[in-house]
Amino acid sequence: MSNGIDGDVILRVDDLKKHFTPHQGFLQSFGKVRKVVRAVDGISFEIRRGEIFGLIGESGSGKTTTGKLVMKLIDATSGRILFNGRDVTSIGHEETKEYRRQVQMIFQDPYASMNPRFKIRDVLEEPLEIHRITADRKERETRIVRALTEVKLTPPEDFMGRFPHMLSGGQRQRVATARTLILNPAMLVADEPVSMIDLSTRAEILHMMKDVQRDLGLTYLYITHDLSTARYFTDRIAVMYLGRIVEMGKADDIIDHPAHPYTRALIEAVPEPATGKVDVVKELPISGEIPSPSNIPAGCRFHTRCPYMKPECKEEAEPELMDLGSGHYHACRRWKEIG
Amino acid sequence: MSETVLQVKNLKLYYHTSKGAVKALDDVSFDLKAGETLGLVGESGCGKTTMGTGLLRMPTPPGRFEGGQILVEGRDILPLPEKEIRKDFRWEKVSMVFQGAMNCLTPVYTIGKQMMETLQEHRSMEKAEAQELIKEYLSYVGLPADVTSRYPHELSGGMKQRVVIATALFLKPRLVILDEPTTALDVIVQAQIINLLKKLKKTFDLSFIFITHDLALEAEVSDRICVMYAGKIAELGTNEQVYGGKGPAHPYTERLLAATPRLRRKVESLSFIPGTPPDLIAPPSGCRFHPRCPRVYERCRMEEPPVREIEPGHLAACWRCFE
Repeated sequence: MSNGIDGDVILRVDDLKKHFTPHQGFLQSFGKVRKVVRAVDGISFEIRRGEIFGLIGESGSGKTTTGKLVMKLIDATSGRILFNGRDVTSIGHEETKEYRRQVQMIFQDPYASMNPRFKIRDVLEEPLEIHRITADRKERETRIVRALTEVKLTPPEDFMGRFPHMLSGGQRQRVATARTLILNPAMLVADEPVSMIDLSTRAEILHMMKDVQRDLGLTYLYITHDLSTARYFTDRIAVMYLGRIVEMGKADDIIDHPAHPYTRALIEAVPEPATGKVDVVKELPISGEIPSPSNIPAGCRFHTRCPYMKPECKEEAEPELMDLGSGHYHACRRWKEIG
Repeated sequence: MSETVLQVKNLKLYYHTSKGAVKALDDVSFDLKAGETLGLVGESGCGKTTMGTGLLRMPTPPGRFEGGQILVEGRDILPLPEKEIRKDFRWEKVSMVFQGAMNCLTPVYTIGKQMMETLQEHRSMEKAEAQELIKEYLSYVGLPADVTSRYPHELSGGMKQRVVIATALFLKPRLVILDEPTTALDVIVQAQIINLLKKLKKTFDLSFIFITHDLALEAEVSDRICVMYAGKIAELGTNEQVYGGKGPAHPYTERLLAATPRLRRKVESLSFIPGTPPDLIAPPSGCRFHPRCPRVYERCRMEEPPVREIEPGHLAACWRCFE
């Protein structure tokens, strides 16, 4: 299992990069140099066993690509992913299958992630078949019942015979969770698991996921754009901007005392259910829109939108993550002046 | 602020399906003053989008009006012939930013051409004049004039949404219905769009109906909030009455607000509303919220509560609130 160096770290990501080279036609190949999309551009983080780690960012920040890399749905351009201390970036087919049994995924859209012709029983049985867990019908049945009970779809017998369209969004996301649990995973990657669910039941699903995590001692990588649920749901978060982590630390530390101007802008933009804001035009400490990941600004990649930009932010090399103490990291060289 | 732009009276709109009539809007009444923003908020399926398209008098089939009135500047639009609606009313007086409209721009036409279509349908003007107008409106929403020659895929989500907003304002409507105008956008872009809408409202002296499921966002834009549940109004009050220190009146609003995650406050546990919204073909007896309500008592199961004023300007449909 884990080696001495990593201690209780279950997943370690080391200078991970994913660059996409868009397809080019014959004529284009005579033209200018290829544009490379640097979706993930050198990120490192560690997830501890039993922790809920949030990856936060806007669209285009590379958070979903990171999730796919961790799931090994796509191959990294460079860098390493260590699971239980073992490099999984270059493992073979059989080992990848075993890795994927241990690291399971919950998808965003509970309507699209299930075969509409499968009954819930079949949805849950399929992973057992793929991973050749057991051929014994009774044993399979027991596992299915156990997984459904774990996600509080009770009585399980009521749900096994139903089709996905007979369930609400929240119930489907429970089934999606049960489908991952049936393989006894160690870690779940959840990419926006509640963003398509009604507000009134969103908290219910997060509660359920937290209960399951505590009961079974699971580790989560929670990918979202929503800081508010992240604060409630996660232990630590990493804020991504254009393929890099700009700030990382305990969720409460980051939201109460953000160090990076991008994190500040994100927090500032979140609406709050309070009075007295209707006639106010909100001051946003950020300008413009996120640049294209095929054209990342030189220097600090946030400098084009940063209200605190100084010439050195543009001219000097990109700052690495710096430790503020207590595990709070940020990548802004001017944080002291800003604070 | 005194002139009434829109009055909805006892509006009923049902979807006629093979299983029976889905009562998507069941006896809904409210009004809207000039320059005011009214927020429509509720879970999916509560009837908020039905209300939006209903106000343009174009219910999605198989939806049909089953009663009530929609008075725009004092004139009921429901009995008018379609031709008149097109000529004088739809997009001329009331326009709408549809949910996900930014993804409905045609990928094969330039932005300029798509905007031109709206103008040519409604106004007879020279092409050059129309182009000037398009550029003018693009500048109102903060876009450069060269956007007209670009295709939708060349624009970001926020830019496309700005195009859609500009198109909705073209014909100088008095009222704009905004159906989840920022839902698919990132929070920073959302905040930028909200700021833009607030500025446009002042510039053009508009009234808004702002439809969203997000109570936190509603607090930042709406003068009055109308909370809908299962095709009916649960509560309607001013921003202060709903979000102020006293808290909302209706248990549904209260629970929905408690389920809204707050970023700036540490919470140990988020609350949620158990159960799901009811089937609108056969809604529950009595108060439609009673199966999910924490404060339910005998009367709620038997009798449907009317929408009643509980303090000046504050309406609620809840037996508990009348006590």
